[in-house]
Amino acid sequence: MSPLERYLIVAALLFGIGLAGALTRRNAILVLAGIELMLTAVNLNLIAFGRYGGHAAPAAGQVFVLFVIAVAAAETAVGLALIIAWFRHRRTVQLDEADELRG
Amino acid sequence: MNGLAPQLWLVPALPLLAAGVLACLPRRACRLAAGLAIGALAVSLALSLAALAVTLAAPGPEGFRAVVNFPWLVWGEHTLHLGWVLDPLAAVMLVMVSLVGLLIFIYSVGYMAGDENFTRFFCFLSLFAGAMLAVVMANSLVLLFIAWELVGLASYLLIGFWFQKPAAAAAAKKAFLTTRVGDLGLFAGMLWLYAATGTVVFYDGGRGCLESAAVSTLAGRTVTAGLTLSAVISLLVLLGAAGKSGQFPLHVWLPDAMEGPTPVSALIHAATMVAAGVFLVARMFPIFAAAPPGATGTPPALQAVAWLGAGTAVFAALIAVAQTDIKRILAYSTVSQLGYMFLGLGVGGVAVGMFHLLTHAGFKALLFLGAGSVIHGCHGEQDIRRLGGLWRAQPITFATYAVGMMALAGVPLLFSGFWSKEEILHAALGWPVSRGPFWLALAGALLTAFYMTRQMVLVFFGPYRGGAAGAGAHDAAPPHESSPVMTVPLVLLAVGTVVLGFFGTPAWPALQAYLDPAHAAHFAPDLRRLFSAEVLKLMALSTAVVLTGLALGWWLYGRRPVTDPAAPDALELVQPGLFRLWREKFRVDEFYAATVVRWHAGWAALGDLLDRWCWGGLVWLVQGLALGLAWVSRLVDEMAVNSGFDAACARLVRAGRRVAGLSTGRLPGYLRGVAAGALALGLLLLWGGCR
Repeated sequence: MSPLERYLIVAALLFGIGLAGALTRRNAILVLAGIELMLTAVNLNLIAFGRYGGHAAPAAGQVFVLFVIAVAAAETAVGLALIIAWFRHRRTVQLDEADELRG
Repeated sequence: MNGLAPQLWLVPALPLLAAGVLACLPRRACRLAAGLAIGALAVSLALSLAALAVTLAAPGPEGFRAVVNFPWLVWGEHTLHLGWVLDPLAAVMLVMVSLVGLLIFIYSVGYMAGDENFTRFFCFLSLFAGAMLAVVMANSLVLLFIAWELVGLASYLLIGFWFQKPAAAAAAKKAFLTTRVGDLGLFAGMLWLYAATGTVVFYDGGRGCLESAAVSTLAGRTVTAGLTLSAVISLLVLLGAAGKSGQFPLHVWLPDAMEGPTPVSALIHAATMVAAGVFLVARMFPIFAAAPPGATGTPPALQAVAWLGAGTAVFAALIAVAQTDIKRILAYSTVSQLGYMFLGLGVGGVAVGMFHLLTHAGFKALLFLGAGSVIHGCHGEQDIRRLGGLWRAQPITFATYAVGMMALAGVPLLFSGFWSKEEILHAALGWPVSRGPFWLALAGALLTAFYMTRQMVLVFFGPYRGGAAGAGAHDAAPPHESSPVMTVPLVLLAVGTVVLGFFGTPAWPALQAYLDPAHAAHFAPDLRRLFSAEVLKLMALSTAVVLTGLALGWWLYGRRPVTDPAAPDALELVQPGLFRLWREKFRVDEFYAATVVRWHAGWAALGDLLDRWCWGGLVWLVQGLALGLAWVSRLVDEMAVNSGFDAACARLVRAGRRVAGLSTGRLPGYLRGVAAGALALGLLLLWGGCR
């Protein structure tokens, strides 16, 4: 088993845990945390392929990851802000109670 | 050409303009309305007097004549000219109409005070006076006809002024329709005249239809049964004149016109409406008098005028004898006096007829305004049987009325009516055709004196019978004299009634010389003529006749004062059958009702039937058809078009609702969708990668 495969397995596990968390939890903050976990798995993949992938461009994976982290931080900030606003409005963060936008 | 003539259009234009302004004034502007109307007519009077002065100063055997013509309608090679003329005939009429009209206007201020339609009244009065002035001045038969119809319209409006009274509305309609019958004749005459001579302008420097060239053309053509074209046209015009001037058989409207306010009666009977007919004949006299070359004797048209006048004079006087309404007696006397005027025109020419027209205008206006004063003072009572003894209560009215009455009756020497009637009798005596009109006129004079005495005695002498009748509470108040605004015109007219006569006496026939300048030498002042045997004999005869009439009237009514308004008339006791016939006006109205009106009503009923069933049915059918079509169209709309559309819409809504159900609004569901999608995508890639 090559080092790349080990990384990929860990990343797949991380992704699976994040996905399960995002799909099963009803607390909006925990869903956000699950999504962050999935992003981390993706970052891990990018780093791993960058190190072991054998591409010519050096550090392409690392640069990508830095961008993703920045975007993820921004995304989390927006998400948390939405959750806070919603909490102020409804006094809850349970996602299954958020159904005002149904058709 | 004188400087005044081109400006003379202002004379009729000012009152017409005043009428137009008055029509726009609000109802409460009484003072302004009366001021405007009177002011406009006063300016007209001033202009008329200036015009009279101009014509009086005119030299020449033909007299003064200034014409202003202008083209009005041009079509093809025809040109229709309008215009006005200033000659002695127009000038005296202008002065008479504006002077009498002005006095009546002033009088109306008092008589109509308090009427809620005061402004409207003065508007119509102005229209009336303006239209009449236009008739007098017209130098074109078309313009004359236009103004003539305006006079008819104004009379209709004024007779029906109190249109809330059914009698007034009916009288207005009757006046309008009856005069229209005559106007048809005038219109036909006008068309024929245009067809024959190519012009309707009276005087046009030799080309006018009243000038010798056209007149000899007309007289030279024979139409039928020995009548020349000029005679036929004259007879048609005479029909129009008879309608306007209330001659038999078209006189029926004139007595009914009494339903209007009394100043209107005065205006119609004295100055404007009825004088128009006489004036028309006087204006078109050259055509009436036209004789074919070589012919001798009186033209048939003039004979018709004379006989019509003489017959009407006696006919109307007989009716007047038996009337009881103070205004109705005067109305029939007007018809009778108009007959005299026509007689004068027929036998003696323009000057004779016009002299009587002028004197009559004065004293008849006086009599009507006096009657108005009586009615005003006695709270609307018009029945002479319920009046009486008013000389004490209304001294001024009595005195002036007496002057008017004596002028109308023809009391000798001092009153204008005597001289003008004398002139007519004199002309009738010398008429070569027949003595008949003379004897008729003499009989008319007797009757006139008689019925005026009867009226005078019943109204002003004896006891006042208004209170005794117990007709109503309003009779309780005693009669009173009218206000100065009403009595001053009376006094002025009374003075004029006396003075005017002296301009036409045989000794100094100034008016005749003025109106008939061709024979001016014949009319030179000469005191000896007054004492010639012929004139003296005639004067003695007519004086005897008049005095007989006065005495007869006094003997029948004055000897024993009438005390009971319900008592039968003194004449009725003597001749009950004749009296009833006269009181019922020879049943002319009934005759018309049984013939013309019934015939008319029959046609109207037929028209109604046609309207109701034939045309009405057609309309109903079309309506039914349209309704049926509309119903079918609605059915198609509702069943086919609407239902298909509705079904499509309903399905769209259902489908939309189903699609909208997918959007639950729940985040976990969406996330699961995203995950499933990503999984499917991954599997697809994996599967694709394996291959």
